[in-house]
Amino acid sequence: MRGRTILLRCVQALAVLLGVSVASFAVAHATGDPVTLLLSPSASDAARTAMRAHLGLDRPVTIQYALFLQHALGGDFGQSFIYRQGVAGLVLARLPATLILAGSAFAIALCVGMPLGVLAARGGMAAAMLELFSLAGLAVPAFWLGLMLVLLVAVELRALPVDGYGGLSHLVLPALTLSLQGTARLSRLVASGMRGALRADYIRTARARGLSEARVVWVHALRNVLVPVVTMAALELGDLISSAVVVEMVFAWPGIGRLAVAALQQRDFPLLQGTVFIAGLGFVIVNLLADLLCARIDPRIGLAR
Amino acid sequence: MRPWLGAIGGVLLAMTALLAVAAPLAAPYRPTQINLRARLQPPDWGAPGRPRHLLGTDNVGRDVLSRIIWGARISVSVGAAAAGLGAVIGTTLGLCAGFFGGRTDAVVSWLIEVQLAFPFTLFAIFLLAALGGGFVPVVCVLALATWVNFARVVRSQAMSLRAQDFILAAQAVGVGPVRLLRRHLLPAVLPSVIVVASFSAAQAVLTEAALSFLGVGVDPTIPSWGAMLNLGRDYLSDAWWMATFPGLAIALTVLGANLLGGWLGARLEPRGS
Amino acid sequence: MTAALLDIERLQVRFGQTVAVADASLRVAKGEAVGIVGESGSGKSATVLAAMRLHPPGASVTASRLSLDGHDVRTLPDRRMASLRGGFAAMIFQDPLTALNPLMAVGRQIAEVVAAHRGLRGGQARAAAILLMERVGIGDAAVRAHHFPHQFSGGMRQRVMIAAALAGDPALLIADEPTTALDVTVQADIVRLIRRLRAERDMGLVWVTHDLALMAGIVDRVVVMYAGRVMETAPVDALYAAPRHPYTVALLASLRRDGVQAEASGAPVPPGGCAFAPRCPARMARCDTAPPMLRAGGTEAACWTLAA
Repeated sequence: MRGRTILLRCVQALAVLLGVSVASFAVAHATGDPVTLLLSPSASDAARTAMRAHLGLDRPVTIQYALFLQHALGGDFGQSFIYRQGVAGLVLARLPATLILAGSAFAIALCVGMPLGVLAARGGMAAAMLELFSLAGLAVPAFWLGLMLVLLVAVELRALPVDGYGGLSHLVLPALTLSLQGTARLSRLVASGMRGALRADYIRTARARGLSEARVVWVHALRNVLVPVVTMAALELGDLISSAVVVEMVFAWPGIGRLAVAALQQRDFPLLQGTVFIAGLGFVIVNLLADLLCARIDPRIGLAR
Repeated sequence: MRPWLGAIGGVLLAMTALLAVAAPLAAPYRPTQINLRARLQPPDWGAPGRPRHLLGTDNVGRDVLSRIIWGARISVSVGAAAAGLGAVIGTTLGLCAGFFGGRTDAVVSWLIEVQLAFPFTLFAIFLLAALGGGFVPVVCVLALATWVNFARVVRSQAMSLRAQDFILAAQAVGVGPVRLLRRHLLPAVLPSVIVVASFSAAQAVLTEAALSFLGVGVDPTIPSWGAMLNLGRDYLSDAWWMATFPGLAIALTVLGANLLGGWLGARLEPRGS
Repeated sequence: MTAALLDIERLQVRFGQTVAVADASLRVAKGEAVGIVGESGSGKSATVLAAMRLHPPGASVTASRLSLDGHDVRTLPDRRMASLRGGFAAMIFQDPLTALNPLMAVGRQIAEVVAAHRGLRGGQARAAAILLMERVGIGDAAVRAHHFPHQFSGGMRQRVMIAAALAGDPALLIADEPTTALDVTVQADIVRLIRRLRAERDMGLVWVTHDLALMAGIVDRVVVMYAGRVMETAPVDALYAAPRHPYTVALLASLRRDGVQAEASGAPVPPGGCAFAPRCPARMARCDTAPPMLRAGGTEAACWTLAA
């Protein structure tokens, strides 16, 4: 039973990936004729035709898509116009930087957002403070917060490096910037989940059994909030990578976001297409893992459906 | 949610909208008026009578306040249009998916998942690179992000409504599916749609600013908050006001929409919280 | 004389304007079994929850005495209260499906009570939990300990609840409608189990139920509650043989199905009058003022008929 549920989720993930590939291909196809970008305007018609044949652009769209998919499955996303290198290699070389940034921000959001939410679930001052914090956190654009942090910490206080890539000190500002929205959203989710969980019958039972309040809250109630938290956290990771693109620009962080913006400025469509596709692939995998994790946390998942 | 918070949200949004509409009257300067002798002037709240730049000037002497007021036009129009377009697409698909179920639902759910699988900013850059900038492309791309919000909420509501007595009764007396969707289901989900629209507008304003910041906005020659931030970034150590105030404008507008959405949610959907 | 297991005097529990318990007194001596009977809304659950300090936040609780094992429940520090709960007095609830944590294997839920009250850790606590599961009649306990609540039947779930309640070796077991959610045959099993465990451990028992018929053979004494007040308290045999309060009479009659449930009759009672008066066949003029508890033999009842 469980095995079938997992299999079903994997098939669904594959279907989503197929959709991602169709969309990436369609957008790239809609950009027009890459030959005009690749060759100088003075190139002869014969050279153009040869280039088209070389790139496979003279074949029907469905065949082109099939070829694209075949190459993508083999890890080949074509050649970047500007770097004259394989797209996959370029993206993979920049991926660690983005993952470090998004991962740190994610860790901050978890480590700060969950306890905040648990505290706020008890109501009173803590709840009001969290409400204010999360309202502000959700309204402030990440890149503006980044600029303000740079202004305050780096320009005025000269405390931390403002840009570039290196040790931990380079990571602090971008990771903090990127984590704010996630922290705000996560703490809200945990707070509302905990408010519900603390009203549940099994919480009263746990108290009736003389368990410590800490155990009641952090073990019994929190466990029941984890499933929506994990589900949202996985979606949040997608948002994080999305925001990372802008934050990378603010802090000159050498990740895939800056690569994408550079590609944008140079109209390097294979590079853009590859970046988007690989990022989508990562997102689908993370969500699949999150679903499997949820099934581990909640043994009822997979039986009901 | 406390009503006065919702009121604050409403006032913030109304002010932004008013400034956007009345920009030619409200702005003290023309937003494109260059004055190279007044470059990088700090905010000046001095004695009245003399020409003042309340929020300072930028690197070519343009008045920051005036540009923020004119920039509200982009944010307000893009935010409203993206939320509206997303609402139409998302509500339609969500209603069909929830009501018909089966294969329709599978397709719509698949579309939602595919959409969510793209890190949106990357995808938007990719799309706008392909489509070129401009108002309509930007709105369409943002609607790609917002329709999912509507579709998910409306789909689940339509699913639970489908089994309810008044729908079954209407079906029993032979009301056709199109009429049923428009006359019976649509009004029932409308309150949620309005709430989601408020949050989606906030999301669209934020994303539009991010795209303008990255240089794929509506039009680089029209002042917009994101583009002002992009410019301000280069002058951060010399002219803090260039980046600070446009960001504040974004934050207040988004805050307003979120507050209003939260309040509407508490008012219109008594069951959810 | 040792302190009573549970001693409640003039308890009142209110949620804002709503009065859940208007005036309840109850004493459980060591090893004694007491039943609290009443229809839903009579305040019987609210009474025992207040005694365990488990009333919902926002409820206001007043009493002239409210003590467990001689400790005042209202002023006891949280830590001491926690050690009384589950250690001195354990509680089981009506619906074992919602009262067990759905995401925790049942063995762990029992073991953590063992750990909290007997100081056993890890493997020892787990072993104790398996032992307890065997004691309450769960077969194949070592395997079942790893299962989750949804994998058990209703009756087995209630056995898990009971095992966890016994884990702290309590002197008093409070059972809040423990068989209401179960099938009739399973009900009998659970009743038998609790009776056996009580005999083995000389454990005090408070059994809260709406079902007067269940009381025979389980409890020594019955407290009948109506509209947040104690109507009658009597030894179980005396109650069945010679009910003194008209409400108890009506309850017993409806049980034997030979009488019609008392109908609402006559004018509303003024505030301060007997709450049962509108439905009472024996209503008289004095019922406009609330009767005190009046004694007749081993029975006490709040009814003017005893004064006549």
